[in-house]
Amino acid sequence: MREWLIQNYPEWPILWKVVLPVVTIGIFFTCLLLCVAYLSLLERKVIGYMQVRIGPNRVGPFGLGQPIADVLKLFFKEIIFPKASNFYLFIVAPILAVAPALAVWAVVPLGEKWVFADINIGLLYILTMSSLGVYGILIAGWASNSKYALLATLRSAAQVVSYEIAMGFALVGVVMAANSLNLREIIQAQSGSILHWYMVPLFPLLIVYWISAVAETNRAPFDVVEGESEIVAGHHVEYSGTVFAAFFLAEYANMILVSSVASILFLGGWLSPFQGIPVLETWFQDVPGLIWLVIKICGFLLLFLWFRATFPRFRYDQIMRLGWKVLIPITLIWIFVVGGLQVWKVGPWFT
Amino acid sequence: MLENYVPILFFILLSLAFGCVMVVAGRLLGPHKPSPEKYSPYECGFPPFEDARMKFDVRFYLISILFIIFDLEIAFLFPWAVVFKQIEGTGIVAMVIFLALLVIGFIYEWRKGALEWE
Repeated sequence: MREWLIQNYPEWPILWKVVLPVVTIGIFFTCLLLCVAYLSLLERKVIGYMQVRIGPNRVGPFGLGQPIADVLKLFFKEIIFPKASNFYLFIVAPILAVAPALAVWAVVPLGEKWVFADINIGLLYILTMSSLGVYGILIAGWASNSKYALLATLRSAAQVVSYEIAMGFALVGVVMAANSLNLREIIQAQSGSILHWYMVPLFPLLIVYWISAVAETNRAPFDVVEGESEIVAGHHVEYSGTVFAAFFLAEYANMILVSSVASILFLGGWLSPFQGIPVLETWFQDVPGLIWLVIKICGFLLLFLWFRATFPRFRYDQIMRLGWKVLIPITLIWIFVVGGLQVWKVGPWFT
Repeated sequence: MLENYVPILFFILLSLAFGCVMVVAGRLLGPHKPSPEKYSPYECGFPPFEDARMKFDVRFYLISILFIIFDLEIAFLFPWAVVFKQIEGTGIVAMVIFLALLVIGFIYEWRKGALEWE
């Protein structure tokens, strides 16, 4: 497409320098938003069936129109700006929450060549952008000038920074094994067979990463930020209409993001699980990598929903204890273990 | 080299634009009928007793200070982990000493009760 534009419209560099990337990113955002919308339907359906209910089934066949109806409803609701709030911060907060959640997708590889920015600090960019998301919650809670929102903000800030340490250490372990921050290279380092995936040698780090990811996205059982039974809705208690939708969207986009990062770092991203198995490898060799990646992401997303349906909410001191006293020591020890495996070149991962 | 980063610039600008569009669209499409009750802070139907920005627990400060130390540590670990294979011997020993110092600090704050939430 790019070559075609360069050949036929050489006098219009703006066409392939600006318009084409903007259009492709626009298409990508649309797909992502559709995924978010249908993830919310999936959540209601899955939790419904887990609680022996049916879930939404009125709008369209099997309730498939439900997310569209929800979006339309949110767009035509009044946005309430509380008098006591700081108006500009109140407006900036949802933008700051949703922008990093979308921008972070620039470096996520969806296939061998399907990545917008193939940069060699990809993992660092993801860590940075996902940390920026907490500013949205912080500013929202402060600007709302409501007691519930402020309490939620304090909880959220302390919880997210605590689990970010464990998550950072887990990522360091992966980088030590792959010797690269580039996500494509991390995936390629795992090729060979299902046993080469980092979930085998770095299994404790996968568990730590996953628990921290659930805590970072403020999902159940770590959802004290919006604990309905104590602080109503937490940081977005004063938000309505599309500004509420922005927080909702950011949360669900982050869920999809941490699921894809977990699949990329530990489950070999787009690699086929049948690599290296004689017969099955040839049978499945025509399946595009994107399909495998989507299957892995969906697996992790189902875990999110399963957790929400199964576990009761943690108490706040339990959350902090788990983060600081359990996860951080585990990751520290496993970093030493990975170092040892790497120094003594234990195969098949560290050759 | 640098042109790999151009899509990131586009991504950041477009996501900021998307956020702004959401706010503006909600304001334009939705109704706008202000009333004093509707615009008062939410507090279960009561008029708020005092300013919401109240005193809060000092442990939240403590957690953020501890976080800075550990996050810096991670920032040091990342470049080291990338070149881990090339730097043998001294590089590994240096990082073991660095981590050991931080682990001592971690044990100290643990024993001091900085991580307790009762």
